[in-house]
Order: sequence, then structure tokens, then C-alpha cells
Amino acid sequence: MAIVGSGPAGLSAAARAAALGMAHILIEKTDHLSDTIYKYQKGKYVMATPSVLNLRSDFDFEEGIREDILGTWDRQVEEQKVNVRLNAEVTEITGETGNFTIKLKDGSTIEAEAVVLSIGTQGNPNLLRVPGGDKPLVQYQLDDPEEYYDEHITVIGSGDAGIENALGLAKDPKQNNVVSILNRGESFARAKKGNVDALMEAEQEGRVLVRRETSPAEVKDGQLVLETRDGQETIPCNRIIARMGSKPPRDFVEACGIEFTSEDRDAFPKLSPSFETTKSGIHVIGALAGYPLIKHCMNQGHDVIEFLNGNADLKPADEEILEERFAGLPGSKSVDYWLETFNKQVVILQELSPLQMRELMLESRVHSYDKGEVIFERNAEGSSMFAIAEGSVAVEINPADSSITVPIEQGSIFGEVGLISGRKRGSTVRAAEPTICVEFSRNAALKLIATNPSVGRAVNRISIERQLLQMFGSGLTPADIKDLVDKAEVIEARAGQVLVQEGGEDKDVFVVRRGSMIVEKDLGGKPVFLSYLPAGSYFGEMAVIDGSKRTATVKAAVKSQVVKLPGEEFLKVLDAKPKLRERALADMAGRRATNEFVESRKDSFGSAVDMYSQTAQFLVDNGIGEATDVLLIDEKLCVGCDNCEKACADSHDGLSRLNREAGTTYAHLHVPTSCRHCEHPHCMADCPPNAIKRGPDGEVFIDETCIGCGNCQRNCPYGVIRMDAKPPPKPSLLSWLFFGKGPGPGEPSYGWRKKKMEEQEAETGKKPGKFAIKCDMCSGIEGGPSCVRACPTGAAIRVSPERFLSITRFAEETD
Amino acid sequence: MASVPDEKPIGASAIEQRRAADHSSFLTHRKFLWLWVALISCIVTSAIYFSIDVQPRPNGGTWYGYTLGTIGAGLIVWLALLGIRKRNMSEGHWSLKAWTSAHVYLGLSLIVIATLHTGFQLGWNVHTLAYVLMMLVILSGIYGIIAYVRLPQALSDNRKEMTTEMMVEALDSIDGQLRRAAQPLDRHEADTVIAALEQDTFGAGMWRRLTNSYGNCATAAALDAFSGNYDADSAHERVRALLARRKAQLDQIRRHMKIKAMLEVWLFIHIPVTIALLAALTAHIISVFYYW
Ligand SMILES: Cc1cc2nc3c(=O)[nH]c(=O)nc-3n(C[C@H](O)[C@H](O)[C@H](O)COP(=O)(O)OP(=O)(O)OC[C@H]3O[C@@H](n4cnc5c(N)ncnc54)[C@H](O)[C@@H]3O)c2cc1C
Ligand code: HEM
Ligand code: SF4
Ligand code: SF4
Ligand code: SF4
Repeated sequence: MAIVGSGPAGLSAAARAAALGMAHILIEKTDHLSDTIYKYQKGKYVMATPSVLNLRSDFDFEEGIREDILGTWDRQVEEQKVNVRLNAEVTEITGETGNFTIKLKDGSTIEAEAVVLSIGTQGNPNLLRVPGGDKPLVQYQLDDPEEYYDEHITVIGSGDAGIENALGLAKDPKQNNVVSILNRGESFARAKKGNVDALMEAEQEGRVLVRRETSPAEVKDGQLVLETRDGQETIPCNRIIARMGSKPPRDFVEACGIEFTSEDRDAFPKLSPSFETTKSGIHVIGALAGYPLIKHCMNQGHDVIEFLNGNADLKPADEEILEERFAGLPGSKSVDYWLETFNKQVVILQELSPLQMRELMLESRVHSYDKGEVIFERNAEGSSMFAIAEGSVAVEINPADSSITVPIEQGSIFGEVGLISGRKRGSTVRAAEPTICVEFSRNAALKLIATNPSVGRAVNRISIERQLLQMFGSGLTPADIKDLVDKAEVIEARAGQVLVQEGGEDKDVFVVRRGSMIVEKDLGGKPVFLSYLPAGSYFGEMAVIDGSKRTATVKAAVKSQVVKLPGEEFLKVLDAKPKLRERALADMAGRRATNEFVESRKDSFGSAVDMYSQTAQFLVDNGIGEATDVLLIDEKLCVGCDNCEKACADSHDGLSRLNREAGTTYAHLHVPTSCRHCEHPHCMADCPPNAIKRGPDGEVFIDETCIGCGNCQRNCPYGVIRMDAKPPPKPSLLSWLFFGKGPGPGEPSYGWRKKKMEEQEAETGKKPGKFAIKCDMCSGIEGGPSCVRACPTGAAIRVSPERFLSITRFAEETD
Repeated sequence: MASVPDEKPIGASAIEQRRAADHSSFLTHRKFLWLWVALISCIVTSAIYFSIDVQPRPNGGTWYGYTLGTIGAGLIVWLALLGIRKRNMSEGHWSLKAWTSAHVYLGLSLIVIATLHTGFQLGWNVHTLAYVLMMLVILSGIYGIIAYVRLPQALSDNRKEMTTEMMVEALDSIDGQLRRAAQPLDRHEADTVIAALEQDTFGAGMWRRLTNSYGNCATAAALDAFSGNYDADSAHERVRALLARRKAQLDQIRRHMKIKAMLEVWLFIHIPVTIALLAALTAHIISVFYYW
């Protein structure tokens, strides 16, 4: 039995094998166990979530400091006689069940009957492939930049990791390092703006030598030969830090003969319920199998060995969780019964393996509804998707008359519009009979779509159909728009891409599916910002209906998806449905009024309207186009009292979630560093415990399952997430006011927090962990956003972009 | 040209309210609601004052005087509570903007209400002391309003998207470069640069901050000392350029401190005098009842 990779998954598997007395070997690339955890920052507090899940492993694991956890495992490896081979990187696995040959980097081989792959998802750093690239002065990681003194250090790589390393090494002039960074190209386009700015400043100050259009040619002892635009150059060099990105392990895994569920970057290997891949005899567990939490990894390590040992009756460790989850369903049926039912009856789940079903259900919820019970209401926030396992539902398409409904049958899905657009629910949905539904969380649904192309296509078609039905309402049925849906085309538009050009003669109708659009009109040679169209709106129908030229330009505010509908098909539907035509005409009249209003006022607008258009453009450039709710500060009113920050801190565990001064400003309108509650939050992408969610008022918030890994902080393009420990409570306001006790209102100073934390640590013996914190839009606080309520002058406002960015509103304000 | 999905009904208006998207300042809050309230109270109280004939003559001791006095004292206590409201971030549907709006206009109405309360009888006593203190608070408040209306733009323009922290960091980084650039200079020249670097930038008192007058600025002096015509890449030119950058950075920080100080300075009168006023008011009320 060969177990490759000594992370929590591999370790636990090896321990089980040792306990069962199976011949085994645990093969690890590095010179220590569990490299991913080894690389966490020193003293990191490691979380053991989900807490409901029992740990099933021969090794111990509970939340605590990184060092303690690694120490325990090192000890248990000794005690339980786990057979480990360090410094052994597996480069190739060949052979068949019962007879595998595992080739190591040093050329030696290991024979095994079965293989367990638990190599995680970190992959391998891209290596420096030049003569001398294997010399010891080349390193691929920098743990502590303060470790090095008086050295010539060259950093290779122009991404964030490289830049951060270079800045770290050059930070303290006392270290007296000569730091250079090499960039093959001219610009640092791959890195974050903040990092690039800091690097440019360091370059100006001469702290870091930035060499552009330069690549390494040869590594010699104490020297580095460079290939520059003007020929070769040799510089002194005691240390090379190569940060040229890493290669995900997928190629290696595929080379072993293992298939993945799809081409998608986020796809995982196809697995059987006992973790066996499509290459029989090779098993995949842990992060590589799609389970990034340490507890899951360890449980799978245990289970995979039990399966291999012939224990077919073993119930997965998540059995209890699923039992609890399904407990509310009628008729006390087993977990397997429900899994099978869902698998069979929900069309989009039919191709899923039992293991995938379990994984999906862990991130999903099930509900049973009585006839007539509301599943969700129109305008509720929600980005989950539902599937009907039994029964059927009725969608109320007309908000004015709840008796007009469209049925959705057993096996189908609903709620996908919210998932795709990130916007509110478009209609109220009720159970039409006793119904059982599965609700997939946003993340689960996205993963499902990404990893199963057929699911993606099915959801796509349904969502276009539903979006049209919902938008045009008025008693349309799927049959009425079948042709339209068939001819619909989904277009990806990059930010700024023009979809409709003013004066153009094209005749298509567009529906914004994801992202947002801005509408501009040319007034005397200058574009005037007319309005902002969030996902779920349509445009382009005017020209189709009355045959006129395009009256305004529409372009994507952010990267967006639109559905293009051919004009003739659209007209056919209108002709068949007079009520729809009426509605379209009414909408058109409204828009025409705006156009005429702008035309009529254009002379009196003067330069104010330029200012307005530019301000709108500035806001769009600053990501307002993907925001749902954003904090703005009118710097014509802001007196700099910082009461907004203080209020935020005082209503949120003493830490402010906004930085008023930071951020960009245009025409005295300031966008501070604070969460915009993006439609499609980037921060959610890579959160191991899925702790980031969207709440009932549309707020994006981080719940208590956060493990403090910092991924969200790195993923948020607006830099609004901070990692910090919750400080102990302050003395009350009155004791501060009358006796001067404590630091007073607002976020206590760093010094005060540090002191108090140390006192607390001495008392409890526990070091509080640092977790991700960000604006939660003051959800649960009566009265709403504290920052806004606490501003004495009215400078701080929270706005939704579609309301704020409209020319009519602007006209009202200037009147 | 296009339509926005109609999403007004249920819940949406509640959410919109949470967002408080209404973009108006504390002065124009709710179409000058509190200005009207204050104006009308002034007009009504004055009209009553001049239309009734109280005996022996109008002052605080008549029934109307007591009425005005109670209103005035109540107002003062409520106005003073703004200091607590501002710092107590409790839940609920209040906004500090609304409070400030009412504070300003009702505070101004005190000029009329309290003056009528005195019946224009002033003298050298604790009663008049309370009146004078009140007027001081109000005057400082009026300055405050002027500052709040006129200065924010200047603060924003001067900041140029930099945070206070960034300004200080920028100064630090210029200092680091200056230190290195000054190495090749001779002793005497290096001393002027070091004097500039060592001068405490932030220790300035309130007066200096307010007036932005730093007569003995060592950076300015050093810049004067390096005013020659140097070669483009000589050490002297590098130092001169860096000194000029340091000066510009200092100027920005000082302007920032000045505007901030001007926005805050009046509170150093407004708040302590409010406390004195509350004390004098208590004394005033007790003495009135004592001699009754
Ligand atoms: C900063 C950070 C913080 C986190 N915090 C938490 C937390 O608090 N709680 C939590 O539950 N999870 C946390 N996670 C997630 C968790 O650490 C990982 O998902 C988990 O370690 C994955 O375990 P694994 O066994 O699948 O793989 P890994 O732990 O990645 O282990 C894979 C091992 O395989 C080795 N290897 C790779 N390729 C080869 C090869 N070809 N030959 C031989 N060996 C090879 C590697 O060197 C490595 O030691 C965090 C992740 C990060 C990045
Ligand atoms: C007797 C009358 C008044 C009293 C007792 C009073 C008291 C106070 C108090 C205690 C504060 C809180 C200051 C703080 O804690 O920061 C305050 C703030 C303020 N006052 Fe007054 N005030 C009075 C009249 C006025 C008047 C007449 C004006 C304006 C014309 C005014 C304008 C202000 C302003 C603008 C603030 C600042 C609000 C803020 O920044 O939070 N005040 N006042
Ligand atoms: S944290 Fe960043 S990415 Fe996430 S919603 Fe807020 S602004 Fe968007
Ligand atoms: S809405 Fe609430 S959490 Fe968000 S920044 Fe304002 S005060 Fe802080
Ligand atoms: S509370 Fe208002 S005035 Fe004070 S700093 Fe914040 S935005 Fe500016």
C-alpha cells in the first residue's frame, strides 16, 4: 500500500494502515510531514471545522496552534510506527491494480498493490530551468524575510508573491540587503495594484532594483548571469528566490490515468464511493478530492484504508450529519434512500456518483413543504438554487395578482436566476402540493455547474427561459417563447464592451444576465451617462418595436453576460401576445421620456452634466458596477471626525470594518475602503469552510466558521477584508466619560488591544485566533448601518448603484 | 432605451431605508424641517411676549418667564445630550445627522427664547452668567457651522486621496532617501540636512497648527542653504530635490493639520463651556427657587 503525500489525509490513511498491520509506505516530497500546514504562518491558530463532524482517525486533531498540531503528528508517527519516506517526490505511477510501480524523482522505484493519492492542491512551484538552476542558492519559498543580512538577493517572478518577498527583504535598511527583482516583461500586470505601487516606490527610493525585460540565464556560485535587452550581464548574487507560480497537480494526476469530471479548472477527479478513481487501484482523498478541511481529509484517510481492507459496510463519517439533515423529511427513511431518490428524481443530479451526491448534500439543505406554503418571496435576497425531488411548485409571475402562476414539475429546478445574476428573487414560489425540495447553496450549485458540463447546459437553458418568462410576465408560457429561447445566444462581454451603439441599425434585444450595463447618450459630442442597468433588465427593444435607430449606447460596466435575442423572434412573440406588447410599449414610453427630458434640458445642464457623467464613470471604474450596496462619502460634507469608523467598531466587536480615508475620490465623492457587497463576491471563491454567505438584506458576511486562512483577503480586489483578533471588551461609555476608564469610543489603539490581549492570554492560556472580518452591512442591528447613522453631517451614505446612478436623480439633486 | 426590473414592493423600501440613500446634509435635512420648527417657535414665543402684559414687568419670575425658562433649560439639557448621543452607538432608528440638524436650529432658537426669558434684565449675577455662557456656546456653535460648511472641500482637496498614514509614510520614505543622499556632503552641509530631519514635525501646538506658521522650519532653512545652481546629477542637486519634496510633503501635512484643527478648535470652547453652562444653569435654578 503506497500513500503519496503526508498531509492530514495521507497521514491519517497511513496511520490506519499501520493500525491494521498492513504493509504500507507514506511517501512525502519535502523533508517534513504535511507541507501545506507546515507552510502556514508561525503560530497560526488552526481550526477544526465543521464541529458537528466527528473525527475518525488514529491521529489526534483538535483546534490549536500550528506547531502543536504538527508536533502531535510527528510524535504519533513515531508511536504508531508509521512507515514514512521523506524527501521522495513521486514523478510517475504506472502499472495496474496489484502491481503498481511508483517512480521517485531520484530515480528509485517503489512497488505497491494499491495507491492512495493525497497530494493536496498546492502543486509544485515552477522551477528555474537554467544552467545551475539546481544549485542550493536557489529557493522557492521565503518563510521569514528578516532572516537574511548583508546579502545580494535576486527575486525572480513578477506576481504578488515575488513582489511581496522583494519588499519584505528590502523593508528594513538595517538588514543591508541588495534586493533585485527580475521581470521578463515591461509591466507588472499580474500583480495587485497595491503591491505594484509599493514596488515602484521602493524602486524610486532605491531600496529595490527592478530589472525589466530581464530573465535569468545561468546561476553560478555567488553570481547570476542575466539576459537583458542589451545582452548578457552578470551580477553578484548570494541567494535567489524564485516565485514563478506553481503548477496545479492536475497534469501529474491525469498522467497516472485518472479522469477528471470536466475540463474546468475547478474540476476534481471522478471518484467511486470508496474514493477509487477511473484508474482502478488508485484512490484520491483530501483536498485533491475536493475536501479541503483537515477533518474531512483525516476521516477520508481512515475510510479509504478501511474500504481497501474490505470493510464494505463502513458508513461515511458524514452519515450522522446527513441523517440530521434529512430528519425533517416525511416517513423516517434512511440516508441512502434519500440520496438515491434525489439522484434518480432530480434531472440534473442523475449523472452524479454516490460520493458526489454525498458531498453535494453536505453543502445543501432539504425541505418539505405543505401545499400552498411559500418557498421564497419575490424580492427576497437569495442566491441558492432549488430542485424538486417530489411534488411540484407554482411560480407567481404577476406581482399584482397572485393567482396567475406557472407550474414547475418534479425533477426540475428553480431559483437559478438569483444564482446566476446574484440579484433578488424575481417571483414568489409556493408548493403546489406536498413537496420535497433540495436547496443547493450558491457554492455547491456553482461547483456542480462547473464540474458537470451537462448540468451547466441544462441550467443555462432553463435560466434563460425563466428569466424571459419572469421579465415579460403577462401570462406567457414556456411554449410561447420556445423559439426565442432556442435562438437565444449567451454573450460574454468584457468591461467597457459596447453592445448597442447609438445610431446603429441593428435589431436585437438583449437581457442582462450577469453583471451590469451603463447607458450613455451623445450630447454635443460628449457622452452623458443616462442610467445603470443591473442584471435582470433588458434593453434594445425600442429599435425593434418602432424600427428606429438606436437612441443610446449601451456598454458593459463590468465583465458581464448578456442574452442576445434576435429582433424578429422577439417581434413574433409580441405579435402573438398583445398584453406583452402593451407592457413593452409602456416601458418604452418611460425610457423615451428620459431621453426627451435629457434632450430638453441639455442646454441648462451645462458643465454640471459633464461632471455628473464623469462621476458616474469614476464610480463604475471603482467597481460600483458589480456592487449591490456601497458606502460613499460626500467630501463636501465630511468633517473628518471619523465617527463613522468609531460607530462601526463600537457596533462590531471593537474593530472597524471600514477605512474612511483610504480609497479613491472624484469630484469630492469618495469611495472608502469598505465592502461593496458584490453581486458575485470574489471573496467567496476559495473559502475552505464556505464561511462567506449572502444574508437576507443582500449583505455578504463571514460567519463564525471562518478558519482564518486569509484566502478571502487575497481574493477581494477592493482590499476590504482585514485579518484580526477580537479584542476584549472595553469599559462602558459612562465610565470612560466620567472616570476616563478605557480607550473611549471607537476602535481601541493597537497598543491597548495588544496589552489587553496579552493579559487575557495570561489569564486563559489561549491565544485568540485572527479571523477575517469585513462589513456585514450591520445586519441584525436595528436601524441599519451604524456608519451612516453616526455621521453628524450626512456625508456618509450607503447606496445601491441603480438608484444612485440615474440622471433623473441627478436632476432632482441639482434642482 | 431600457428598463430596470421593477422591484419597489415588499421589503425593498425597507432595505432602501436601511441604506439611507437620501443624500442631503444636516443643514438641509428633511427640507429644513428643524429650521422651520425653530423659526416658528421664535415667532410664536415673541408674539406672545409682546402681546401679553405681565405685571409688574416681563422677566423670569412671571408665569410666562417660567414657561420660557423651562423650555430653555430643557432645550439646553437636550442640546448637551448630543455629546452622549454621538458616542453611544446604540441600536435604533436614529441618525446623528437628524440630531445635529435639530441641534443647530433649536440651539439657535435659544437666542430668542432665552433672551425673552430674561425680559432683557441683565446684571452681574449668576443668572446673567448662565446667559452669557449660553451665548458663548452658541457663538462657538455658529463658528462650527461655518467651519463645517466651508472646510470639508479644502480638506478633501488637500488630501489628494492620501490617508494621514500615507502622508507620514511618504515623509518617512523621503527622509530615508535624504539620509542616504546626504552621505557624500561635507560636514557642515550634512548638518543642515540632519537638522531638517531631526526637527519634530508633529509636536507643534494648537496655535501653530491653526495658523500654519512654522517660522523656524529647518527644512525650509536647509532648502535655502541648497539654493545654488547644481549639476543635474550631482549629490547636491539630489539633496536639493529631496529637500524640496520633503518641504512639499510637510506643507501638505501641515495644511491637513491646520484644516483639521480649524474643524475641531471650536469644540474646545463649545464643550467645556457647555459643562460650565450646565453648572451655572443649575446654580441659577436653585438660587431662583431658594429666594422664592
Ligand atoms: C493558509 C491556510 C490556512 C488553512 N487553515 C485551515 C484551518 O484552520 N482548518 C482546516 O481545516 N483547514 C485549513 N486549511 C485547509 C487545509 O490546510 C488543506 O486543505 C489540507 O491541508 C489538505 O490536506 P491534504 O492532505 O489533502 O493535502 P496537503 O495538506 O496539501 O498535503 C499534501 C502533501 O503531499 C505532498 N506532495 C505533493 N506532491 C507530492 C508528490 N508528487 N510526491 C510526494 N509528495 C507530494 C506535499 O508536500 C504535502 O505534504 C488552510 C489552508 C491554507 C492554505
Ligand atoms: C446652549 C446651547 C448649546 C449647547 C449646550 C450645545 C452643546 C453641544 C454639545 C455637548 C455638543 C457635543 C460635542 C461633542 O461631543 O463633540 C455639541 C456639538 C455641536 N454643536 Fe452645540 N450646543 C449648543 C448650541 C449650538 C448651536 C447654536 C450650534 C450652531 C449654530 C451648535 C452646533 C453644534 C455642532 C455643529 C456640533 C457638532 C456636531 C458633531 O460634530 O457631532 N451648537 N453641542
Ligand atoms: S469582501 Fe470584497 S469581494 Fe467580497 S463582497 Fe466585499 S468588496 Fe466584494
Ligand atoms: S454598514 Fe455597519 S459593518 Fe458595514 S461599514 Fe458601516 S458600520 Fe461597519
Ligand atoms: S462620520 Fe461623516 S463627517 Fe465624520 S468622518 Fe465619517 S463621513 Fe466624515
